[in-house]
Amino acid sequence: MRIAFKLFASLSDYLPAGSRDNRIDLDVDEGVSVAELIRRYEVPERNAHLVLVNGLFIPPAERSRRRLQEGDEVAVWPPIAGG
Amino acid sequence: MGWNRKILRVDLTSGTCSEEPLNMEWAQEYLGSRGLATKYLVSEIDPRVDPLSPDNKMIMATGPLTGTMASTGGRYTVVTKGPLTGAIACSNSGGFFGAEMKFAGWDMIIFEGRAPKPVYLHVENDRAELRDASHLWGKSCWETEETIKHELQDPLVRISSIGRAGENQVYYACIVNDLHRAAGRSGVGAVMGSKNLKAVALRGTKGVSGIRDFGAFMQATNAAKKVLADNAVTGQGLPKYGTQVLMNVINEIGALPTRNHRDVQFEDAGKISAEAMHEKRPTDGKPHLVTNAACFGCTIACGRISEIDKGHFTVKNNPKYWGASGGLEYEAAWALGAANGVGDLEALQYANLLCNEQGMDPISFGATVGAAMELYEMGVLTKEQIGLETPFGSAQALARLAEMTALGEGFGKEIGLGSKRLCTKYGHPELSMTVKGQEFPAYDSRGIQGMGLAYATSNRGACHLRGYTVASEVLGIPVKTDPHVTEGKAELVKAFQDATAVFDSAGICVFTSFAWTLADVQPQLAAACEGEWSMDKLNEVGERIWNMERQFNNAAGFTAKDDNLPPRLTSEPAKTGPAKGMVNHLDRMLPEYYQVRGWTPDGVPKPETLSRLGL
Ligand code: SF4
Repeated sequence: MRIAFKLFASLSDYLPAGSRDNRIDLDVDEGVSVAELIRRYEVPERNAHLVLVNGLFIPPAERSRRRLQEGDEVAVWPPIAGG
Repeated sequence: MGWNRKILRVDLTSGTCSEEPLNMEWAQEYLGSRGLATKYLVSEIDPRVDPLSPDNKMIMATGPLTGTMASTGGRYTVVTKGPLTGAIACSNSGGFFGAEMKFAGWDMIIFEGRAPKPVYLHVENDRAELRDASHLWGKSCWETEETIKHELQDPLVRISSIGRAGENQVYYACIVNDLHRAAGRSGVGAVMGSKNLKAVALRGTKGVSGIRDFGAFMQATNAAKKVLADNAVTGQGLPKYGTQVLMNVINEIGALPTRNHRDVQFEDAGKISAEAMHEKRPTDGKPHLVTNAACFGCTIACGRISEIDKGHFTVKNNPKYWGASGGLEYEAAWALGAANGVGDLEALQYANLLCNEQGMDPISFGATVGAAMELYEMGVLTKEQIGLETPFGSAQALARLAEMTALGEGFGKEIGLGSKRLCTKYGHPELSMTVKGQEFPAYDSRGIQGMGLAYATSNRGACHLRGYTVASEVLGIPVKTDPHVTEGKAELVKAFQDATAVFDSAGICVFTSFAWTLADVQPQLAAACEGEWSMDKLNEVGERIWNMERQFNNAAGFTAKDDNLPPRLTSEPAKTGPAKGMVNHLDRMLPEYYQVRGWTPDGVPKPETLSRLGL
């Protein structure tokens, strides 16, 4: 199934070649979890601070339980803030 | 003791400068900067005064930590009655000006009256004098700084000034110091302009003396600096990416107000983000961002210094703008960009440079352009009236309107009225995205419920810096709360509002609060200032300041009806993103907020609340 994976700020270094605008569209197996996807791209767990699926926050404890579905957009940031 | 115990009072009408002792009883109750200056203001002016009349006063104030070794201790505040809102105006700025005021031996400067002709104030340690500024009138903030430094033959003098926008009394004119730091919101620059005060030039060589316990102070400030350095946000995120890193976050969660809040997501958010600032441009192979920068004593250094593309249509014939200069920060990039549907980073930087150069708040300016663009698209405003076509997304229109507004030309005068006056004048007050007349910053409260309450109750009109619940609702600082629910938001908003009042009044930057809590500030204040500075006392000081500001606004004629949001946010559901279908439920949060505050259902502080706070 097709999903989008987006890594922002300092995490963009973990995106594979061929990604543009902090984003890559991927084919992944059914049932892959958010945590597995993040691990697959070797994003250190402590840096995956703000994890959103379709814009909704996924707390750390739910990341391995939350299975991705066709069309999901996963976006990850390190600890950041602004104002 | 943290304070210099000395106030400079400048009577612009008679042209005299006099020295007064600082009221130390008030300092114990209101700390400094925002709190203490507001106490002076509310004690000295009629709340119903016309903000642009000589009877209004304007105070520039430092806090007890300003100019000290405390990280970010360079802040100063301008407090006055604001022309944009008619409410209390309190605008905070970084740079180096605040620390210089402290070094010259003063805690605050109170300006009253109106000078018969343009003047500027020159302070060199204890000596203060008003000087003729006829030759500076009509000059930009940048030219003013340069000219004053030249004529005083002192490159180290620190200057706050107004540009053409302040002279022309643009309702959201700001006061710019150190070229690109600004006391930005609520039109404090228009008040300065109304007083014929062009600039304040300070030179202080005294340092800060009288820290109560110097050893304890060094220990406390060092420990607190370590907290900032070790924190991933203040130690790494802000210095590298600046505040603009929020652009993609807020777009992703569907709370990026776009095209005058018609939409909540901007298709070009990525193009105007912090990440885009780091990317090499195809045109000249250089990234927009040159370096980061720090205000006085700041160990975070979130500031952005950028270089515009010299070949861009806005500047290709204007080398004046080619050098590295301040910007873009998140709020400016949003207001000049997403709020108007403009995704051209260079055009945003050009408009931002004009705001710095001539002294305008880019948030209110950008948001007013957004309103004008909507009126144009509806056919209410025409090309003939405006002098150009202004559809959403037009970088040309943004750039031209920035020039016209900064210089007070043609329709720029109308943009200078601000969104509320503009929309009301053209028959559509409901399209003004404002609270108490001040334009929203970069968060749509349909997707971040607590911010709706924070905006509605902010004492200076719509503002993110009075109670930044985004930290909790979106970023998880100090704890993550759900942005889509209203439960618990009344307490959250109150806690943020009261704590922020303390940070502001101490003379430090509120961005430290991404890593510090009041418990990190308390030991620094306790070591610097005489008196007891416990956590309980600080919490009470914050609440006292909030209630004092509220009382001023109530006396100025504001009521619970003004704690409101535009109908678009409470009745037009968000069209896309995770908040799709949602509106802001202010009605559910506001009564609870009044209760938590100890106010009547009409939003008036109850007698027992006032007496508990000693008001
Ligand atoms: S954090 Fe940024 S705005 Fe605050 S004092 Fe430091 S550089 Fe200035």
